[in-house]
Amino acid sequence: MAREFIDGSTAIVRGALEAGCDFFAGYPITPASPILQMMMSELPARGGVAIQGEDEIASIGMCIGATLGGARAMTATSGPGISLYSENIGLAIIGEVPLVIVDVQRLGPATGGATTVGQGDVQFVRWGTAGGYPIIALAPSNVEECYTLTLRAFDLAERFRCPVFLLTDKDLNLTMRSVNPSSLTGVTVRHRNSRTGDEGSQYRYQPPDVVPPIGRYGDEVIRFTGSSHNEDAVITKHAATIGALNEHLAAKIDDHLHEIESVDLDPQVGATTLIVAYGVTAGAARQAVRQARRDGRKVSSLVVHSVWPVPEREIKSALDGVSRVVVPELNLGQYRREIERLAHGRQVVGVNRVDGKLITPDQVIEAIS
Amino acid sequence: MSTAIVPLATYRNETAYPFCPGCGHGSILDNLNEALLRLALDPKRVVLVSDIGCAGLSDQYFSTSAFHGLHGRSLTYAAGIKLARPELEVIVIMGDGGTGIGGAHFLNAARRNVGMTLLVFNNLNFGMTGGQHSTTTPTGAITSTTPGGNLERPLDICATAAVNGAAYVYRGTNFDPDLTDRIVEGIETPGFSILDIWELCTAYFGPSNRFGKRSLEDTQQRLGLGTGVLEHREVAEYASTYRREAADQLAGSRLAPQLLESEFMSTLDRPCRLLVMGSAGGKVRSAARLVAEAAIRSGLHATQSDDYPITVKTGHSVAELILSPEPIDFTGIDRPDLMVILTEDGLAKAHPYLASMTAPNRVIMLPDLADVDTGATIEVLDLDPLPSRVARTELALVALTAAVVQQNVVSAEALLATASRQGRYAEKNLAAVTAGLELIR
Repeated sequence: MAREFIDGSTAIVRGALEAGCDFFAGYPITPASPILQMMMSELPARGGVAIQGEDEIASIGMCIGATLGGARAMTATSGPGISLYSENIGLAIIGEVPLVIVDVQRLGPATGGATTVGQGDVQFVRWGTAGGYPIIALAPSNVEECYTLTLRAFDLAERFRCPVFLLTDKDLNLTMRSVNPSSLTGVTVRHRNSRTGDEGSQYRYQPPDVVPPIGRYGDEVIRFTGSSHNEDAVITKHAATIGALNEHLAAKIDDHLHEIESVDLDPQVGATTLIVAYGVTAGAARQAVRQARRDGRKVSSLVVHSVWPVPEREIKSALDGVSRVVVPELNLGQYRREIERLAHGRQVVGVNRVDGKLITPDQVIEAIS
Repeated sequence: MSTAIVPLATYRNETAYPFCPGCGHGSILDNLNEALLRLALDPKRVVLVSDIGCAGLSDQYFSTSAFHGLHGRSLTYAAGIKLARPELEVIVIMGDGGTGIGGAHFLNAARRNVGMTLLVFNNLNFGMTGGQHSTTTPTGAITSTTPGGNLERPLDICATAAVNGAAYVYRGTNFDPDLTDRIVEGIETPGFSILDIWELCTAYFGPSNRFGKRSLEDTQQRLGLGTGVLEHREVAEYASTYRREAADQLAGSRLAPQLLESEFMSTLDRPCRLLVMGSAGGKVRSAARLVAEAAIRSGLHATQSDDYPITVKTGHSVAELILSPEPIDFTGIDRPDLMVILTEDGLAKAHPYLASMTAPNRVIMLPDLADVDTGATIEVLDLDPLPSRVARTELALVALTAAVVQQNVVSAEALLATASRQGRYAEKNLAAVTAGLELIR
């Protein structure tokens, strides 16, 4: 059998190109720079545009502008860059702009460990802009998923007209792995739901969960604003309209969780312990499960791909018959909070590291008993 | 959808301006409307990009396309729109506040020359938030945040833009009779055009400083700020230049899959975690990669992760390899099965691992390194049989070859075949692999 030897960055770029990404803007930052560099070499020859912005704020701003011009845009950075993206993430939410944002996590806070792995942004991507409205975040746990979930991210961005995060980390992006090429296929990305001209405004708040088609500058007069606006994108102080806008921003995602929820459940009959993991730490969890079962112990695992919105239905179903939940993550227990609120009466234990080293399968096994 | 240009009687819509009596914003917008009429641009192909402040309300009174974004970031959205769609006419409206907070974008817009026209509605203070001072507030002026008079020197927007390469630079006031002509000129000039248009804020700056129409020009003169068309030059518009240059680039991706066929046998029956500890410039990563590829060609799964300081040409270079007959979910290495130590830099990084290694684990070292303290079995390679043609920079691959073949991790055959397929490096790599094999014969 033939295999490829590639890292997560390469898989993400290939996934983005396969998804039809034709605009990329980014600013150099370890460990996200390889994505920027690959996009700078790949996009021009394909008729797209890749540009290094003067900073992270400019980079995401250019992506938002380009999307209104009809582009499929992606940007990539790490925690410090997400901090600078913050305000524009909110702009993409209120303006209903499809956009893929890759957060290649490194150890924080601040500059932290530039070349060191971490998972400290899992709550940050969810709550990192003013207002607290929903976003979507997907977390690959290996190179194959870096590819498939990048495609999914583009698909969901178009479906819901919102920013979608791909939450990875230094190790996923920079570690090379042998992969089966046939695993780098199988996700179809829907076309942009573009206006044909007779749908009324490109904004619509009723029914609240419906996502209207998006317009493109040049085809017709298109308006856009980051202020609370009516369906014609004109700034308004009309309370009922503002309420409808903001409830729409939440409902279009919250009412369609089944289209977003994505997990990899590995159940074992009779197991009373469940490991819930995401991202790079899921690798240690999978290996721990194999080892534990080989030693005759019963354990189930749930790898969460769609970390936001929390796939509550899938998690609750996996919790059935379980009395102990182990949540390994490279932070001090951020996603464990989400599990705890669903795990009524069950024991929920974290396995946590913030020293820049990966959680090992042995550490997970130790927490199973 | 129709693409025919529909000339308008006005680019203004029916909504009246909301600005304070005497505020300059309305008159600048009237001049912009006149300019658009003269240019007879297709309204859907004109994008008015604005941000925060009273001037940021402007787009709502026009029937063109519009983008109203975050404070000071207009130029970034405008650049994105123009880069994606070079055929669109992008006009940016910012206040002096936005120009200040978006200073980095302003500098780079001038330098990069993406085709857009920036109108700075410069009323010398923050009119929307209570008359605070801005980067263009004249020295000595009274504002709500400079109650004793502004101690700061004002930013010379035009000189900054001109010295950094902007195509068109103009300074004037909203009372200038030729303002429409200048706006037309700015829009028609390829590249980045900037018009610094001074005007009165009748809510704050005017009353606080007894500032009238005459004071605008007097202050420009007092501060030694040039007026009129200060720069008008031919530049390469970035968005169209980018498209042109891109078209000349060779098609073809560097990301095309490089398939490694499984064609050799491996006897490895359990994962081998291997650390290569060397120095920058020692070809540690490429040697490790060659071994990983040889393992994949032998049907094994492989992972490789590299560690080196951010100052890449100095200090340690460490490669971590896992080679395994089973899929590898966990790519970390806490206790290596096999370690190859090439240099003192590498040895310094090896100590924490060495302490955890035990008898079945092996350490293979080049000669003349300091003593190590470990429970692992140590072997110092004898380099004397090496032919003189092997350079020191090839020692990583020499030692690695000796280590993995001796430990039955990867076969000599697979390494030789992989080395021979390395293009322009094939000859050197083959020599190194051959030398490594000689060491363990």
